[in-house]
Amino acid sequence: MDKGLTRVLRIDLTKKRSWVEERPDLFEKALGGAGVAIELLHELCPKGADPLSPENPIILAVGPLNPLFPLASKAVAMFKSPHTGNLGESHCGGRAALALRLAGFGALVIQGRSEVPVYLTVHRGRVQFRDARALWGLSSSLTVGRVLREIEPGSGARTILRIGRAGERLVTYATVIAETYRHFGRLGLGAVFGSKNLKALVISGTGTIPIPDPPRYQKLYRDLWERATRSDLMRKYHDLGTAQNIRPLNHIGALPVRNLLATAYDQEPAFSGERLAEGFLGRRLACSACPVACIHLAILREPHPHEPYFYKTTFVSYDHEPLYALGSMLGMKRAEDVLKLIDAVEVWGMDAITTGVVLAWATEAFSRGLISERETGGLRPAWGQPEPYLEMIRRIANREGEFYTALGQGVRVASARYGGEEFALHFGGNEMPGYHTGPGALLTYLSGARHSHLDSAGYAVDQECLQRGASLSPEELAQRLFAEEARRQVLSSLVVCFFARGIYDSETIRAALATLGVERSTQDLQTLGVQILRRKHAFKQREGFELATLPIPKRALQTPTPRGTVEEAFLRRALGEMQRLLEGEHGMA
Amino acid sequence: MPKRLAVVDPGRCVDCLLCALACSRRFGEGGLARSAIAVRSVGGVEHGFVVIVCRACPDPPCAASCPVGAITKAPVGVRVQPDRCIGCRTCVLACPFGAVHWDEESNKPVICVHCGLCASFCPHGVIALEEVGSG
Ligand code: SF4
Ligand code: SF4
Ligand code: SF4
Repeated sequence: MDKGLTRVLRIDLTKKRSWVEERPDLFEKALGGAGVAIELLHELCPKGADPLSPENPIILAVGPLNPLFPLASKAVAMFKSPHTGNLGESHCGGRAALALRLAGFGALVIQGRSEVPVYLTVHRGRVQFRDARALWGLSSSLTVGRVLREIEPGSGARTILRIGRAGERLVTYATVIAETYRHFGRLGLGAVFGSKNLKALVISGTGTIPIPDPPRYQKLYRDLWERATRSDLMRKYHDLGTAQNIRPLNHIGALPVRNLLATAYDQEPAFSGERLAEGFLGRRLACSACPVACIHLAILREPHPHEPYFYKTTFVSYDHEPLYALGSMLGMKRAEDVLKLIDAVEVWGMDAITTGVVLAWATEAFSRGLISERETGGLRPAWGQPEPYLEMIRRIANREGEFYTALGQGVRVASARYGGEEFALHFGGNEMPGYHTGPGALLTYLSGARHSHLDSAGYAVDQECLQRGASLSPEELAQRLFAEEARRQVLSSLVVCFFARGIYDSETIRAALATLGVERSTQDLQTLGVQILRRKHAFKQREGFELATLPIPKRALQTPTPRGTVEEAFLRRALGEMQRLLEGEHGMA
Repeated sequence: MPKRLAVVDPGRCVDCLLCALACSRRFGEGGLARSAIAVRSVGGVEHGFVVIVCRACPDPPCAASCPVGAITKAPVGVRVQPDRCIGCRTCVLACPFGAVHWDEESNKPVICVHCGLCASFCPHGVIALEEVGSG
């Protein structure tokens, strides 16, 4: 294994000290990425730690394939989540993985807390603590990126990770923004940065990675490059991006609309992938090492409110999830309005999915009289109206007053305080993603380690069952999703983008690792996936998480999916099976 | 006719860096240390990218600038003789395109040899080999 990969860069913000630890043990056991990060989290995060205290570690990790193979483009972050109170895990593309690996590290850990705002730089493998007092409090995360781009070296092979105002103010779902338009989006890494007085982290790296078997490596690389560029991946994700999902989900009635009061628009939404590509698409981008380029930037041209013939041009990155959360979930009609909301969330630095679900809950709570203008500070949230939402986003990011402070902790906290729990769409404390396809999707949200649709992609099982007219028993469904989630642990330890899961079957992974001198059988890989998943579950349990008693929002059970309404008893049985699988035959790992 | 690597359609570049990573594979290694091609954003990724690689000047200033004659003109572009190079970086300043890249590990220049490997891995038709004299 490459010696660079097994080095862990440790940074203590309290003592302003950094050092390197050699951890071949960890990388030999778990390859890298999520596998190594969860071990470091068990080691370094004390049980019961306050996620916003100096004790909580920020762990970034890459794996043996970054950036040596096509689509090995992701970096993994782990921390204790201030949003759910247990496992915080988030993946990010852009240049983060390439920069960290080529800086000569497999992982980076930040602990402690600086007494003044700082940002960290890693150039030529060396850490510097830089004064960030002037950057703290800037109203736009985009400005922070622009400033650092100018004053820091390493252009072309560096990552600029930073937080916005929401991170500074400890909104529990604040994001870390990378390279503009990419994120460690979910579960509140931005708030953990903020709690440490850490505004940004810049890493540059242009090192070499030795390849033990160059001829086999070159051949396999070409092979995978061809498979990636010829597969329907390219067509699917390059042409329209993930936004291509809006049209079919709307068509089958699986697109959450207006806080899941409905599941479709009468007509194709104005913000479907097709309509955005025709009317707004301005540029595509790729993460480093990825031929697909799924990142789509829209051009939003807005007239100046006072000056005639004067326009403001903004680039807004769109994906299925933000379009759902800040579009259909809020009953938006105009594409321009959705793009404006996505831009606002980017500027303040908040998770788009959670923000949209929070605003949807607030809109329904307002319409039912659970909250009034007294709580909202005179604003009247209403489906399809962007103006109140833009102002609410600003107030959440700035934690203005009691109500917006509650909204800044997600719908679980807000509904516990103001009521409306039956339509507070969260699973394990994390807000619902944009698929209401059936029991598979709901089971993924409930049982996935991160409560994210990407954990085990139950929506794909739903769609498959729908097409084939098949159905699975609760136990079968749990087994399918468990196997899928375990398989994905290997991908996120390499770290390969989940979009490439069709290309990276276990035989391909075995062969790719072998060219790098890492010998693992396909059986080893399978076992590793299960182990990592169980280690994550063990961390959650350690922090008080209980799968069996997890609340299920009533709204998700009442609103029919294309596969009918989902019975709570079905999900409970599936959760029982999932618990059995997660705990293994011999109890917890 | 000899061929040179040309940037034919920079507007389609998506910043995937597959070209730069391919160039390193010439030496059977991964990473970017000895890559002769780089991609940079034009003041932020939303504004697009420039691909920075040797243009194969007919009368190359990098070669003319080298105090010890370590860079010589080749049929296409130039060749570096690392054994002669003293690592003074004069050539870096001489190239108006910034296309003399620097290998920090060996402290020597890296200049594209117009082999075309990178072009065969650009998924979006941004770079291509073209006959010298065709533009
Ligand atoms: S390195 Fe620069 S100066 Fe030298 S031949 Fe290439 S483009 Fe011309
Ligand atoms: S043509 Fe060859 S030497 Fe030049 S940048 Fe491409 S791969 Fe490197
Ligand atoms: S491979 Fe092509 S699209 Fe990718 S960075 Fe290089 S020139 Fe741009």
